Amino acid sequence: MTAGLDPLRLTAREARRLLTDGEIAASELTKIYLDQIARVEDRVHAFILVTADNAAKYATEIDREMGATRGALAGLPTAIKDNMVTEGVTTTCGSKILGNYQPVYTATAVRRIWGDHIVMLGKANMDEFAMGSSTENSAFGPTRNPWDLATVPGGSSGGSAAAVAAGEALWALGSDTGGSIRQPAALCGVVGMKPTYGAVSRYGLVAFASSLDQIGPLTRTVYDCALLLRRIAGHDPCDSTSVALPSEIELPTAERLDGLRCGIPTEYVAAGIEPGVLSRFEQTVALIEELGATCVEISLPHTEYALPAYYIIAPAEASANLARFDGVRYGYRSVHADDLTEMYEATRGEGFGPEVKRRIMIGTYALSSGYYQAYYGQAQKVRTLVRRDFDTAFAQVDLIVSPTSPTVAFCLGSRTADPLAMYQSDICTIPVNLAGLPAISIPCGLSDHLPVGFQLVGPAFSENRLLAAAHALEGAIGFTAVPTFCDSRGASHGAAGQAEPGAPTEPAGPDRRAADEDQRR
Amino acid sequence: MSAWEPVIGLEVHVELDTQTKMFCGCAVTKGDPPNTHTCPVCLAHPGALPVVNERAVEYAVRIALALGCTVRPRSVFHRKNYFYPDLPKAYQISQYDEPLAVAGLFEYWVGEQKLSCRINRVHMEEDAAKLIHAGGDAGRIAGSEYSMVDFNRGGTPLIEIVGEPDIPSPEAAREFLQQLRNLVIGLGVSACNMEEGQIRWDANISVRPAGAERLGTRTELKNMNSFRFLQQALESELPRQIAVLEAGGAIGQVTLHFDPESGTTTPLRSKEEAHDYRYFPEPDLVPLTAGEAWVDEVRRALPEPPAARVERFMAQYGLSRYDAVVLGGGSAMARFYEELAAEGIDAKLAANWAMGEYSAHLNAAGLEPGHGHVTAQRLAALLRLVAGGELSGTGAKQVFALMVEERGEALDIVSRHDLGQVSDSAELETVVAAVLAEHPAQVEQFRAGKDQLAGFFVGQVMKATQGKANPQLVGELVRAALSG
Ligand SMILES: [Zn+2]
Repeated sequence: MTAGLDPLRLTAREARRLLTDGEIAASELTKIYLDQIARVEDRVHAFILVTADNAAKYATEIDREMGATRGALAGLPTAIKDNMVTEGVTTTCGSKILGNYQPVYTATAVRRIWGDHIVMLGKANMDEFAMGSSTENSAFGPTRNPWDLATVPGGSSGGSAAAVAAGEALWALGSDTGGSIRQPAALCGVVGMKPTYGAVSRYGLVAFASSLDQIGPLTRTVYDCALLLRRIAGHDPCDSTSVALPSEIELPTAERLDGLRCGIPTEYVAAGIEPGVLSRFEQTVALIEELGATCVEISLPHTEYALPAYYIIAPAEASANLARFDGVRYGYRSVHADDLTEMYEATRGEGFGPEVKRRIMIGTYALSSGYYQAYYGQAQKVRTLVRRDFDTAFAQVDLIVSPTSPTVAFCLGSRTADPLAMYQSDICTIPVNLAGLPAISIPCGLSDHLPVGFQLVGPAFSENRLLAAAHALEGAIGFTAVPTFCDSRGASHGAAGQAEPGAPTEPAGPDRRAADEDQRR
Repeated sequence: MSAWEPVIGLEVHVELDTQTKMFCGCAVTKGDPPNTHTCPVCLAHPGALPVVNERAVEYAVRIALALGCTVRPRSVFHRKNYFYPDLPKAYQISQYDEPLAVAGLFEYWVGEQKLSCRINRVHMEEDAAKLIHAGGDAGRIAGSEYSMVDFNRGGTPLIEIVGEPDIPSPEAAREFLQQLRNLVIGLGVSACNMEEGQIRWDANISVRPAGAERLGTRTELKNMNSFRFLQQALESELPRQIAVLEAGGAIGQVTLHFDPESGTTTPLRSKEEAHDYRYFPEPDLVPLTAGEAWVDEVRRALPEPPAARVERFMAQYGLSRYDAVVLGGGSAMARFYEELAAEGIDAKLAANWAMGEYSAHLNAAGLEPGHGHVTAQRLAALLRLVAGGELSGTGAKQVFALMVEERGEALDIVSRHDLGQVSDSAELETVVAAVLAEHPAQVEQFRAGKDQLAGFFVGQVMKATQGKANPQLVGELVRAALSG
């Protein structure tokens, strides 16, 4: 019965139906994913930790012991980004400094879905402390994009996105501070949603930038996204910034967009969008109109200041959030020290990677006496202006649409030497975090052989509107391609793609390095 | 008249007696084994988030209102960044430029003089953990072998009362603190236990030419919790500053070290002051809102302020200011005194006993007023015997001591120990006769006109009756016998 199930295509909705109807056992379903992990993980490296034994054991328990008491998501194999603490399961946040950290409690979002009896397959790879757009900043090695192993999956939730794309998980939880769910979802051809700030509890999410961080789902479909979001959303007494949603998340059914007004920000489209991405975007806009919606150009005039403001606010908060990692109470402790001060210095010097150190220094500087107003103070003013831009726009339109990322997946190593180029990856996503708005990225086709993401942004707490529109659009787009595990660089990862029987071959694109040359102009 | 005028300002920290900590559900305790009241939040585990303790906010608002402050409808928590082992997050959640309450005034008395000190602000924060330095000199970090951290205290709700530099003398500083402490205790928000450091303060000190407007450069005393040491330190620091200035020198803005053994202050290196706390709004908490209706509700429930109570005691019980301050300054003693008065005991008699024997007993036993075996009702029963002439003053003191010792009732003790006052003339006449017979020389002298010897005979009779005789009656009988 299970022989025909393809983890590259299976949705949570279908898996849930199969489990409910008794057509498959939870243990069988979990085995499909563990087998896929065994097959591709050494090439993709989506996980920092695979908890295969526990997953198999728990799935068996679900089959044996849980009858009517099964939770709403019982038996669904799930990847959890490694910045959500999981009691008794090592949580590293992609950093050496937490390389051995055994949490003593579990993040609220994870606890909720554990309560629904999901099966956790493991902890997904990520940029260290979620700082990055490529997952190359992980202390445990980069994740590769299953669509082309020479390219990055995006970041920082690159492990979560790649796991879903590669069929190594049915779905995943990620976190989004400046695009960290949506950008990797776009680059890996999956659905990723950042809910309204406060919609999902941050309790147990290792903080990067507290006023921007938000947990959300990475899934194969918009329906699955709603299914997972509705279980993690809602007020949590342990997070004062969390709020009850005005209405429960609905499972989307919409097929049309009649009467919907969509705005296209001229500033986003002008922001150096790669031609292949732009053409997919324009085709999708045409589809939106075919579905009965209208699209108009709008202006978000402070967009150009959003990126610099973000790169003040996020590092400032991070500099304080990461000060607690001192080697005393938990985590890594350097042995190269003779006294307390040396131990602090050596622990942090050895424990943090270069990008984290860069941001701690930027943030510390921005908050320093004499610089506070010029940097942090100004950035907060920009944040207010960015928020007002959106308020003004949403007086005219129901949703704002844009490409999720200006480019498709780029080659590993191609931007690591140039942090500013890397920061540009998030130009269309960062303003949304500054304004605390919900946004979703759905795949809208391929450019060459790599996926392109389409972003929809709504007003605060418009999750249901957003999910309904994304669902209708997803149906019209009909994105069915799956990754090939090819390696455009050829030799080094040679046999990868061919190992996947039944994977449709998309027309091979030009060498990614050439595309990156394009990008640099 | 000195040419220099002292200017003293105090910043007072008070730990609140809430059941749980400021930002987590851990119990606030004293004396429990180290690190037994901790959780991911107060140990700063990754991902943990603070949640404001609403009771702590209410307590802080009570203090703010009692100090006449304006409670701001919206206040903001900030992160105060500094890296130290007693601060696991490496920042303290505190308040900065948008505090809970501002612009108050605290009135206090120094002798017969009423002074006032402007209160700049009252804000909320969390206490740091406790560091224990082992192997060193008297628990100090210098020279210690290693240090330990007890996180039980970490996260205890703390309020900071920032006073303006309006205090004119060391004595006034001491009175300010004692009366502020009484106020806080009376509000029921903190026991302000001195030994446990529940109330502690920083003092800033400067001098200026008498009558000058501009403040001089100030030095600081940090983290003190002894009234006596504060007064000593100030009395040492002020002449030091004056001497420096009169010698044409300048005061450096430094933190002082106070040595309790010598009672003197010495400046520490000023380098320790170079902190940049990099304050920024705490993104994990939403701004605190204090609705007008709620603040009014808290205000209406405030107990009578000590200063007003002192005035009332003077008017209602006819007490001197000194007695009214001693009895009405603190809420526990005030309650005890009013209970005594309510038992129908004469106000002056009750005052003398409350301030005399009863206070001495509290001190000796280390009790707070109203605690222990001797309740106001038990003391009233004793004082009724005094008022009715059934016990002499001396006898009453004996009975009181036995009440404490035997945990007994006054009437019972009087009868069991035969301590009742002897007012039986016939019985006393016999004793008087015996005393006169024993002292023929003195009788001669008295009759020769040495009138003051009457007291001597009365004393002898009292001695002979072990103080039980009614002294007034004895006096009459002695005179009668001598003139006979
Ligand atoms: Zn705690």
